[in-house]
Amino acid sequence: MLSDSDLQAIGLTVRLAGVVTGILLVLGTPIAWWLARTRSKWKGPVGAMVALPLVLPPSVLGFYLLLAMGPNGPIGHLTEALGIGLLPFTFWGLVVASVFYSLPFMVQPVQNAFEAIGERPLEVAATLRASPLDTFFFVALPLALPGFLTAGILTFAHTVGEFGVVLMIGGNLPGITRVASVQIYDHVEALEYTEAHKLAAVMLIFSFLVLLGLYTRRPGSRRA
Amino acid sequence: MLRYALLLLASLTFGAEALAATVQVAVASNFAGPMELIAAAFEKSTGHKTAVSTGATGKFYAQIQNAAPFEVLLAADDTTPAKIEAEGLAVPGSRFTYAIGKLVLWSAKPGFVDKDGMVLKKGKFAHLALANPKTAPYGAAAVEVLNHLGLFKALEPKFVQGENIAQTQQFVATGNAELGFIAKSQVVKDGKLTGGSAWMVPEKLHEPIRQDAVLLAKGKDNPAAIALLAYLKSEPAKAIIQSFGYGF
Repeated sequence: MLSDSDLQAIGLTVRLAGVVTGILLVLGTPIAWWLARTRSKWKGPVGAMVALPLVLPPSVLGFYLLLAMGPNGPIGHLTEALGIGLLPFTFWGLVVASVFYSLPFMVQPVQNAFEAIGERPLEVAATLRASPLDTFFFVALPLALPGFLTAGILTFAHTVGEFGVVLMIGGNLPGITRVASVQIYDHVEALEYTEAHKLAAVMLIFSFLVLLGLYTRRPGSRRA
Repeated sequence: MLRYALLLLASLTFGAEALAATVQVAVASNFAGPMELIAAAFEKSTGHKTAVSTGATGKFYAQIQNAAPFEVLLAADDTTPAKIEAEGLAVPGSRFTYAIGKLVLWSAKPGFVDKDGMVLKKGKFAHLALANPKTAPYGAAAVEVLNHLGLFKALEPKFVQGENIAQTQQFVATGNAELGFIAKSQVVKDGKLTGGSAWMVPEKLHEPIRQDAVLLAKGKDNPAAIALLAYLKSEPAKAIIQSFGYGF
């Protein structure tokens, strides 16, 4: 039913969302832990920075990233010095952009979950002579697991739904940066409405199922 | 007090309408530069107002089909206005070619593109930007040129595609693509290159890019829409269009 290029776009989208979710699990968890535990005056500013992509138009992020990752930008200088080359028009460029873009969707639910644990279990663990690292891995992480599940699903789904940033730094390369949302846009512009309908329906059903899973996972409970 | 305010408001709106109207124009991205000057000159000489939206012609087509409020379309091609007319969404017989687009191979770096386009054969670059050939006429013309030169297969892996011609220029202007095929109007002002280096692609390498204008059904009774189309054919407008490197 779907054409090869549509399937390729879906495969690429899933791969991008998967990689980004994996990276953000590793990057986002310490940030969330720090935000949940700290009394530092930097908590406010860091929390605001993390939340920025929630309110910034994707065009702002795409514009900054295009300049920053280009040959005259700081990220571009860095990646060229490291011998990676330039990031725009590459899969890893999209990954970097999406990590910024989806950061709050990982950090915020995990931070909430850490905060919900409270002091008590951590203090009990400490009196039982658990090291801070042990406490984190064997007490905090298991207790925050529902929060991680929510964060993972939201991050994955949000990356799948990304469009504006990809359009600005992607260059529409089949199999590399032409994700499903861009493919649908292309179909619409080329007046291929049948193809656009098919792919759009796939996206709609996927998004609904993801959210259905999220909201019915623990009936009656608030989001972690 | 309120009565005076209402009276003032009424006289402003109705009074203005009797003299001048506003025309909603959808303009292909490549014509954004000249349109800015033409709109200003048009407003000055007729008293009408313009509300200009720029974007990809294909997107405008989809929007016009779905009741977008545009009254005049300045397309990047001649097929879209014809299609719109055939579908009854435009005033029959109002179509005409307002400009013939010229293609350039452009780089933001001075000296990178030679004046014969030999840089394409050497292929010493990572990215060649062009507008999406499926949807943008300048992208399709670029593909034609590369086919003509026998370089399509060799250079296709280096393609990066802009959603429209403006985004394509942005890829090159930011240096993320070393060079790209764009519209001459984007980098030529008063007959001179505004920066970087360019190869003016000979017109025999691709079909002429005829850009047609059409009066849309929504604008058929709007004096400003009719006046704008007439103004596009006037000498002052033609002089502006020509200064951006278009032909007729």
